[in-house]
Amino acid sequence: MKPILDAPSQRSPSSAFSLERAIVRLPVSNAVPASRQTLTRSRWWLWVGAACVVTLLVFVVCLGFGTQTISYSTIIAVIMGATTGPSMELGSSDPTSVILLQVRMPRVVLAFFVGGSLAMVGVALQALLRNPLADPFVIGISSGAALGAAIALLFGLGISVGSLSALPVCAFAGALLSLIIMYRISSAQYGFSVYTLLLAGVVLNAIFSAFIMFLTSIADPNQAFGMYAWLMGTLTGPDWPTLGILVLYLGAGLVILGIHAQSLNLLTLGEETARSLGVEVERVKKMVFLSAALLTGAVVSFSGIIGFVGLIIPHAVRLVVSADHRLLLPVAGLVGGMFLMLADTVARTALSPSEFPVGVITALVGGPIFLWLLTTRQTQLGMK
Amino acid sequence: MVNDHMASNVAYALDHVSFSYSRGKHAESEEVLKELSCLILSGRVLGILGPNGSGKSTLLKLLARVLRPLTGTIDILGESLSSLSQLDVAKRVALVPQETLQVFPFTIAEMVLMGRSPHHQGWGGWHWEDAQDLAVAQTAMEELDVAHLGNRLVTEVSGGERQRAVIARALVQEPQILLLDEPTAFLDLHHQLDIARIIKRLNRERGLTVVLVSHDLNLASQYCDQVLMLNHGRLAAMGSPQTVMKPDVIETVYGCSVLVDRHPQSGRPRVSLPL
Repeated sequence: MKPILDAPSQRSPSSAFSLERAIVRLPVSNAVPASRQTLTRSRWWLWVGAACVVTLLVFVVCLGFGTQTISYSTIIAVIMGATTGPSMELGSSDPTSVILLQVRMPRVVLAFFVGGSLAMVGVALQALLRNPLADPFVIGISSGAALGAAIALLFGLGISVGSLSALPVCAFAGALLSLIIMYRISSAQYGFSVYTLLLAGVVLNAIFSAFIMFLTSIADPNQAFGMYAWLMGTLTGPDWPTLGILVLYLGAGLVILGIHAQSLNLLTLGEETARSLGVEVERVKKMVFLSAALLTGAVVSFSGIIGFVGLIIPHAVRLVVSADHRLLLPVAGLVGGMFLMLADTVARTALSPSEFPVGVITALVGGPIFLWLLTTRQTQLGMK
Repeated sequence: MVNDHMASNVAYALDHVSFSYSRGKHAESEEVLKELSCLILSGRVLGILGPNGSGKSTLLKLLARVLRPLTGTIDILGESLSSLSQLDVAKRVALVPQETLQVFPFTIAEMVLMGRSPHHQGWGGWHWEDAQDLAVAQTAMEELDVAHLGNRLVTEVSGGERQRAVIARALVQEPQILLLDEPTAFLDLHHQLDIARIIKRLNRERGLTVVLVSHDLNLASQYCDQVLMLNHGRLAAMGSPQTVMKPDVIETVYGCSVLVDRHPQSGRPRVSLPL
C-alpha cells in the first residue's frame, strides 16, 4: 500500500479546527464500518426491521399525546381490542377509544404516510436529478400539485366526481407538469448543475404561487381561508375510508419506486453510464417520474404543502445507513413517517387546545438544514 | 462486407455510420461523425485519436450503444448492435467514462458491484448480489489494487483510486470489449503509467478487446496495436502506430507540425512539439 494513496493525509492540516466541519465529517469518516461495505440481505432485514419497530413505538407514543393524555396501556388495550375483538361496539361505547380510533389514529396514520411518501419521493428525485438538494417542495413539484388541487377545489371538480377522486388526479397532473418542466430545465444545460435546478425551483414556486394566490383572491372568503390553511400544510383528521383511498394511491407509487431501486442506484452514475450498465434509462425515468408525481399529487391533495421532509430525511439516512436505494428507500420512508408523526404531534399539542400547521415545523427544522448543507457541502454538490 | 472466416476476429464492423446530436432537418449539417466505415479487430488494443471535437467520444458512445447512429450499421461480435437489448449489450461491452461524478456516499465496493447488474434480470432491475457476484468483484478489486478501499466512500477517495475502481466495475461486467474514454486524463504521471499497464495486462492475459480514446499521442503509440485517427468526424487514418503517426498525417489532422522520432525502448513513434 502506498502512503500517497491514503486520503487522511490529504486533508489540509493548516486549516484551523472548525466545529462546523467536524460535525459534517463526523458521520462520514473516510471509511465506513466494514459491515457497511456492501448491502447484504441480513443487513437489509436488520435495518428495515429496526426501523419498523421504532416506527411502531413512535406511533404509540404519538397516540398518547393530545388534549387528553391517554396512557400507553390503554392505547395497546384499545388497539388489541379493535383488531381482534368486535371493534364497533367497543368503539362506540367508550369515549377514550372513540378519540383514539376515530380521531387521533387516522391523523397519526396520515402523518406517517405523508411523511414516508415525501421522504421516498425526495430519494427518487435526488437520484434522478443527481442532486442531493432535490425535494418535491424545493424544486416546485408540490406547488404544481397544489395548483392542480386548488383548481379542482375552486371549480368544484372535487365534488362532481365524488368528493375525492378528481382532487388527487388534478394534483397529480400539476405535479407531473412541474416535474417535466424541471427535468427539461435541468437536462437542457448539458450535464449537472445544482444552481440551475435550485433557481428554476424558486421561479417555478413563484409562478405556481402566483396562480394559487390569484385563485384564492377570486374565491369566496370562506373558501379562501380554508385554502390558506391547507396550503401551509396541515394534517386535519381524515376518516378511515378517505385514508384508504390515499393508501391506494401511495401504494401504487411506492411499489413502482421500490422495484426500480437498483436502477436508481445505477442512475446516480449518470444516464450514459447507467445505459452502458444495461438500464433502459428512458423507461425507468418515465416510471419514476410518474410515481413521484403520483405520490406528490396524492400527498399534497390530502395535506397541502409540507416542505423539506424529502430533503432532510434521505440525507440523514444516507449518512447513517446506506446510499444503496434498495435499503435507502424503505428506511427513508419509515424514518420520514416517524418524523412527520412526531412533528404533527408537536403541532397539535404544543399550543393546546389550538394547533398550528405541521408545515411550520418542517420548514423551521428543514430550512436551516438546507442552508447548512448548501454552505458546507459545496464541493460535494459540484458547486465548488 | 465481412467474410465469414474473418468474422471471428472482428469485434466491431462499422458500415457508413453517421451521427448527429440534433435530429430533424439540421441533423445532416451538424453531423459529428460522417460515413464512418472500419473494422475493429478483437483481442487488440485500438486507440482513437483526433483533435477536440473530432467525434472521438461520440464514436465510443456509439460502440457502447449509449447513443445510436443516425444512419449506417454497427455489428458487434457478428451480431447487429441495434438488435440487442441494452442488457445484452452490457454483458458484452463495458464503458469507462471520462469522469465519474458521484454526489452520494456509496462505498467503493457498492460501486464496483453495480457492474454486476447486467447479469441479473429482475423485475424493474431489482436483485440481490449472490456469492458469485461478490467473488467476481473481489477478484477485480484485487486486480486493480482497490480491494483495501472497499469500505471507503466514492466521494472521499482520490481521482486515481476512483478511476481504478471504475475500471474494476467495468471488469465485473465480464465484458469481451472494454471501452475507455481518456482513462488517464485526470491522473498524474505515476497513475497514468499504472492504468496504461493494467489495460495492457488485461488485454494480454484475458484477450480483452480494448478501445480507448486518448489525447496523448505517445501513450497511444506505446500501448495500442492499432490507432484510428478522426478529423472532423471522418476517418483520417487507421493502422499500426508506425503507419499512422507520421508527421504529415498528424499535421493534416491536428493542423500543426510535429517532430516524430523513435522511442528509445520500444522503437515506436514518439511525437514531440517543435520549438
